[in-house]
Amino acid sequence: MSQTKGIYGRRLDFRQGRIEMAHGAGGRAMAQLIDELFVAAFDNEWLRLLNDQARFAVRAGRMVMATDSHVVSPLFFPGGDIGSLSVHGTVNDVAMSGARPLYLAASFILEEGFPLADLKRIVESMAAAARTAEVAVVTGDTKVVERGKGDGVFITTTGVGVVPEGVEISAERAQPGDAVILSGTIGDHGVAIMSFRENLSFETSIRSDTASLHGLVAAMVQKVPGIHCLRDPTRGGLATTLNEFARQSRVGIRIAERAIPVQPEVSAACEFLGLDPLYVANEGKLVAICTAQDAPALLEAMRAHPLGRDAAVIGVVTEDPHQFVQMQTSLGGSRMVDWLTGEQLPRIC
Amino acid sequence: MCLAIPALVVKRLEGDEALIDAGGVRKRISLALVPEAAEGDYVIVHVGYALSRLDPAEAERTLALFAQAAADAGEQGA
Amino acid sequence: MKYVDEFRDGSLARLIADRIRREAPADRRYNLMEFCGGHTHAISRYGVADLLPASVDMIHGPGCPVCVLPIGRIDNAIALAKEQGVILCTYADTMRVPASNGVSLSRAKAQGADIRMVYSAADALRIAQETAAREVVFFAIGFETTTPPTAVVIREADRLGLGNFSVFCNHVVTPAAMSAILEPPPQVRDGGSVWIDGFVGPAHVSCVIGSRPYEYFARTYQRPIVIAGFEPLDVMQAVLMLVRQLNEGRHEVENEYARAVTREGNLTAQQLVAEVFELRSSFEWRGLGEVPDSALAIRQRFARFDAERRYGIVYRPVPDNRVCECGAILRGARKPVECKVFGTVCTPENPLGSCMVSSEGACAAYYTYGRFRLKAAAPAAV
Repeated sequence: MSQTKGIYGRRLDFRQGRIEMAHGAGGRAMAQLIDELFVAAFDNEWLRLLNDQARFAVRAGRMVMATDSHVVSPLFFPGGDIGSLSVHGTVNDVAMSGARPLYLAASFILEEGFPLADLKRIVESMAAAARTAEVAVVTGDTKVVERGKGDGVFITTTGVGVVPEGVEISAERAQPGDAVILSGTIGDHGVAIMSFRENLSFETSIRSDTASLHGLVAAMVQKVPGIHCLRDPTRGGLATTLNEFARQSRVGIRIAERAIPVQPEVSAACEFLGLDPLYVANEGKLVAICTAQDAPALLEAMRAHPLGRDAAVIGVVTEDPHQFVQMQTSLGGSRMVDWLTGEQLPRIC
Repeated sequence: MCLAIPALVVKRLEGDEALIDAGGVRKRISLALVPEAAEGDYVIVHVGYALSRLDPAEAERTLALFAQAAADAGEQGA
Repeated sequence: MKYVDEFRDGSLARLIADRIRREAPADRRYNLMEFCGGHTHAISRYGVADLLPASVDMIHGPGCPVCVLPIGRIDNAIALAKEQGVILCTYADTMRVPASNGVSLSRAKAQGADIRMVYSAADALRIAQETAAREVVFFAIGFETTTPPTAVVIREADRLGLGNFSVFCNHVVTPAAMSAILEPPPQVRDGGSVWIDGFVGPAHVSCVIGSRPYEYFARTYQRPIVIAGFEPLDVMQAVLMLVRQLNEGRHEVENEYARAVTREGNLTAQQLVAEVFELRSSFEWRGLGEVPDSALAIRQRFARFDAERRYGIVYRPVPDNRVCECGAILRGARKPVECKVFGTVCTPENPLGSCMVSSEGACAAYYTYGRFRLKAAAPAAV
């Protein structure tokens, strides 16, 4: 509950109220917004101090920092919203180093006229996501831009965490012979978003897979501390992540289409629109690369975790001076899985 | 050159519209070009319009043809 | 997905492949053109070439409506959005095609033109109804598969008495393109030609026009034509049927896609198209030059829905980049790797020509899905 209840006069109207320029001006209106919305929702010892910064002891070990901006449209979609996305996204970026995520900063750029009801829904969603991820949102910023100059709300989150000793996860560590393991079904998030876009509207029960993966990563690192690479395939899909690994490690990757888990409805939606699930965004999946000897243990650890139930070995790292990612198709032939060109657009042809 | 997929006509709606289902994904499309399509039929859908009905008997026959070609190959030793 | 997954069965594919290998001996060559860009895409995306013997060569045809759309027509579309201030509705396929002055629809949109991607012609009509104060133009492209939906919306616009909707019609016709392949017009013959033994006929064009129109070609040019469905097993079965026809000296039209294609086709669609459109005497095809009786224009009766009349559009032909071999590639006379700029200057990120822009263009399909085969033959430069 707000410590300064009463000094603002009327409480914020979260049902009918809208963001005004004053909410970003640094005065009483902004203080009220911070107090009655952000501090109330995130509620932790750092925010309650209402300083411009958060102070915490630096643990022993190596620190990790990551940042992400969120501009998704629509703001609310099946399975999540821009708020939960912004928490999970940065938590995941930190977690992909093997680090335990600790603290988040959150900046909001709000458009004048944005409904307070929607903002409250988003912030509470962020708070819930942060609690699940066991991170605290310790500091933040709010700005307001004139009507027409923002898409409702843009959120940037920055996170820090600490990496345990002996863990050296980095994209350039893949070696020929390594196993490539995917934590679950691909394309869920992208299809969930697209189903809400006008002109493409179709009905589906697909929900975004947005989730914090730090728990899964912790279980994986505990079982196999020597994991070589970890990344969560977001925009650009699995194909992009594999190409990034191939380029940074200077290797080739060969995957098998049959091994890649895809929900039937995701597959069907992609057929409708002429999209390739390999390039469709995910928000709650990861790709791991480890030695062939470690693969069975890692796979077992992943499958034991709720977010890794459908984990599967999808391919192998190869020696390839061209750094191609290739796939054996379900038909038995071969094709390349190239870098994404431009935006993935639906097609009629 | 035309991306089209087979879909089940789930429900005829007002006018020429229908709700179709392909692999669990549902969408409203137009039956203006295949007005005789009935609920339970499969149609080929392209850019929001059904283009023709799919004949299940012919589909079975074609699959049998594939299996025949495969069986012939099998007979002679793969 | 029903009627899709069964037609992608990998073990069946291998056995059909064995059959083809047995019936297409190594000492004979079978040059088969898959006319349709969708088949080109399916073949590349599934790696069907890996399952075919070396004696069978799949040649990519011009059945990609984005690839054969002349730059000048895209310039016209861009001008409608930029200069006339219309809401230009288009299928997403055309967005990235480079037109004159380095502008594409995508770039024009970034520069402020009101260009909107639609999944269906019906969406364009809906936009016109919802924004009565603005002029809306639907950029219609496509072969006979995509033409009937355009006819439906023009008829609907007429019934509704819409005053702010028109169509920029670029619909083209398959049989004329087949003629141009089998008997190249004089102006392109010098670019090289290729002998085609048989055709894999388009799947969904045939849903509309039926199998009958191909009989003329089979008879006159004495080549077998097998209409094939879109799934990889359909394509492989069609290849087997073509190999058999060639071995037996037959040149007939066979229909592998009998589950969706009949001899007569979709009469409702054909009648609707005939009511709304008429043949143009000639139309420029990128890579093929002027081809007679190959494209459609909107009939006088629906003139007020014809963007060309409404806005006085003047078509100005724009020659292709001098080094671009799209023309020869579209006719099957050259392979993508034989183009000097393939994969170097011309890539999907920076396409010089249409074959590289559309994902079912021969060059883009080969580059995106198959260029590892090229590199495997030659060692890495770096």
